Amino acid sequence: MTMKTTDDTATGQATGGLWAFEDRGHDPVSTRTLGFWLYLLSDAMIFAALFAAWGVYLHNTAGGPTIHGIVHPLYAFAETAVLFTGVFAYGLAMSAVKRAWRGGALLAMAAALGFGAWFLGMEIHEFSGLAALGAVPERSGFLSAYWTIIALHGAHIALALLWTGLMLVQVLWSGFTEKVVYRLLNLRLFWHYQAVIWVCVYVFVYLRGAMR
Amino acid sequence: MLVHLPPPWNPIFGRLGLILHYRYNNPMIFFAFELVFVGAAILLFWLTCTRRWHTLWRDWLTTVDHKKIGVMYIVIGLVMLFRGFFDALMIRTQQAMAVGPTAVSFLGAAHGYLPPFHLDQVFTAHGTIMILLAVTPILVGLMNLIVPLQIGARDMAYPYLNAVGLWLTATAAALVMIALFIGDFSHAGWVGLTPLTELAYSPGPGVDYWIWAVQIGGLGTTLGAVNLLATIIKMRAPGMTWPRLPIFTWTSVATNIIALTSFPVLTAAVGMLALDRYVGTHFFTAGLGGDLMMYTNLFWTWGHPEVYFLVLPAFGMISEIIPTFSEKPLFGYTTMVLASMAIAGVSWSVWLHHFFTMGASPGVNTYFSIATMLVGIPTGVKVFNWLFTMYRGKLHFETPMLWAVGAIFLLISGGMTGMMLAVPAINYIVHNSVFVVAHFHNMILVIVYATFGAVTFWFPKVFGFKLDGRYGRRFFWSFTAGSLLVFVPMYLLGLMGMTRRLDYIAHPAWYPLLLIQVVGIGIYILSVIYFLGMLAVSINRRETRRVGADAWGSARSLEWATRSPVPFYNFAVTPVVHARDEWAWRRERGLTDLRPERYVDIHLPRNTVVPLVIGAFSLVFGFAMVWRIWWMAACGLVGVIAAVIIRSFARDTDYVVPAEEVRRLEEAAARAPRPDTATAAAGATLPPHAQPSVRS
Repeated sequence: MTMKTTDDTATGQATGGLWAFEDRGHDPVSTRTLGFWLYLLSDAMIFAALFAAWGVYLHNTAGGPTIHGIVHPLYAFAETAVLFTGVFAYGLAMSAVKRAWRGGALLAMAAALGFGAWFLGMEIHEFSGLAALGAVPERSGFLSAYWTIIALHGAHIALALLWTGLMLVQVLWSGFTEKVVYRLLNLRLFWHYQAVIWVCVYVFVYLRGAMR
Repeated sequence: MLVHLPPPWNPIFGRLGLILHYRYNNPMIFFAFELVFVGAAILLFWLTCTRRWHTLWRDWLTTVDHKKIGVMYIVIGLVMLFRGFFDALMIRTQQAMAVGPTAVSFLGAAHGYLPPFHLDQVFTAHGTIMILLAVTPILVGLMNLIVPLQIGARDMAYPYLNAVGLWLTATAAALVMIALFIGDFSHAGWVGLTPLTELAYSPGPGVDYWIWAVQIGGLGTTLGAVNLLATIIKMRAPGMTWPRLPIFTWTSVATNIIALTSFPVLTAAVGMLALDRYVGTHFFTAGLGGDLMMYTNLFWTWGHPEVYFLVLPAFGMISEIIPTFSEKPLFGYTTMVLASMAIAGVSWSVWLHHFFTMGASPGVNTYFSIATMLVGIPTGVKVFNWLFTMYRGKLHFETPMLWAVGAIFLLISGGMTGMMLAVPAINYIVHNSVFVVAHFHNMILVIVYATFGAVTFWFPKVFGFKLDGRYGRRFFWSFTAGSLLVFVPMYLLGLMGMTRRLDYIAHPAWYPLLLIQVVGIGIYILSVIYFLGMLAVSINRRETRRVGADAWGSARSLEWATRSPVPFYNFAVTPVVHARDEWAWRRERGLTDLRPERYVDIHLPRNTVVPLVIGAFSLVFGFAMVWRIWWMAACGLVGVIAAVIIRSFARDTDYVVPAEEVRRLEEAAARAPRPDTATAAAGATLPPHAQPSVRS
């Protein structure tokens, strides 16, 4: 089974190629970003499952409010504008990072925080209106799905806000170190991902409600 | 409180007052209680007496080393396997006792010795534990151990995240064990049948234990999948191109794509169930717009990919073991890779075959029937590839090979019954019968066989000495006899019409077959004893069982190129890969005993306590959610978030092993008196009874 060769020249030639002495430099930043992409894929599957279920629950109103009665696509359009402005602000923060401009990055991140909080406030306002109407998640399968999808997206935004706040502190604390930069890059992916999910929410929930 | 709960509840203790109403007079529970607590006390006493606390803390609890994390995953899996086996023992003895009107009765049960509510918890725990907390951790542990070694990496892509995944899995196992003693466990089957799991029909904490164990364990598995995929994509050694990837690593790619995409669906389904139970939504309730088949669909949308998540690494293990003990390269490498990817792909379009009787239209059933049968094609390709690998090979029937060949037999029989079940007309007849139970146990035994084979195969790589072959063979043959005696009668009983999950069997004609099953489980007990004997004998005589880098003398892939046991830095110098079977390539050129001419500094991650803290806080969170102690749940959640944030400020997370230190360690290892690779390769270290038997 073993073909032992004692040919010294052959061995000598081969040893040079057996080991990699140079550090090939696995790029740590791109490794982190890849992992975050993979996480986003799995997170998107949660939303995919919920949207698939939504297609069924849309009709399970149990005699309660229907989709047409509770959605306000124009109000939601305003929410969309606020959220997207927040995402855009975060994008500006990243272009400031590229130029290593700390002040600009901090300012734009603070703006993203502000718009994100504004968006959450609008959602809370919308939900408190629904609750006042009696359109609570305990009312029907349809309302359960409606609240769950939008609240889950809102919970993601809240997490993005917490993370952005933390990154503000870290940029102040240690500047643009490798660790801070890869976190900022991942957070950018997270913000954009919220925008993508919101597009689905807007189309499948709000615009669906506007269709007669 | 958003939902109506039967009292008692108070803000400080939540529903813990309920435990005053449990009657702890069941000797079964006391036995389990004693086993766990006496075992834990002995363990703590031993740790203290031998002064191992510091070692435990430094080398295991705070480690981020992928090999140690892999070993801990496997230990958790084996402990839970033992627990799940006890549950199986109880189910089999209960069913054999509770037959016919003259059935014996003990301990307050009307038939047998387990009242229905208790038996229901036992089979629920058996299923949940065996799938999610025994087989899954063992497989994830093996992937953790072997994949970085096979691709020539120093560690996983995210060592810290790896430890977080481990401790989340440990938390899930701990929650299931706590349920044994504080309160009760779910009684609604491992699938969590709705609307039985809804608050109206299961008002106790049992289903909540099941929910939080599944959620926390599932999160751990998803994080593990992210890590393994990123490791394989980003951390390969130079020359380790995709067509050279060892086949076990390829199946790990396929299986972790499945885990990454399917576990979130389980999270969504069980999360919706949790909302029903905690907030009062109507996702799966019996009224107000609830849709219980939605749960069944979502559960199996995860559940069927999950089955292939389990079986694909097993296929990878068989594909590593058979070439090694046939002394031939794997037949049909490319088709093996394609078959693994095909199985992963098709796993997403077969879920409805778990409930053909739902009442979907014939078109829907036909689609899922054909999709299910398609699975037979790539699986058949794999079986033929293994057979052609063995064909005209120089076969050695060492213990790992026995398990691998056994797995092929089981795969063929389980696959055949699977094809039968894929036909809706047959499925309508045997739906919910023990025929189905026998089928999926048959398939899971494929995984168990491959796993035992893999543990025996890679044990010397990780620990530096081989497991005892004599006890290994006894373990294999008793386990095989037990499997046949339990599951062949189960197939027959299924065709006779016995439905699953029975507490009482009204049909005395089934008694003889049920009795044979009890004999089978008795032989399983014998196999557990042989397994423990194998460990004890091997550990006792480890000094005489030491092996060199290539423990089997005919191994093929890169993990055998470093020494055994693997040093903490894996490879003294990163190897350059030249061929698909790199170690075989080097052996054929006589390059196995060469040391690198110089060493370089090695960067490694430092130990950290944070993953353990995250696990502890998530256990607090899970326990508090089960008993609805809101303040405590908030503390657990805030604790997890705070631990993550505090860790993010840590700067000193890595360290360097200087080249001089590596050289010292390598030279010390080279001087150690143990057989070198050359003698191991010549078969000189094999005991006389394990000398290769040549077949051609």
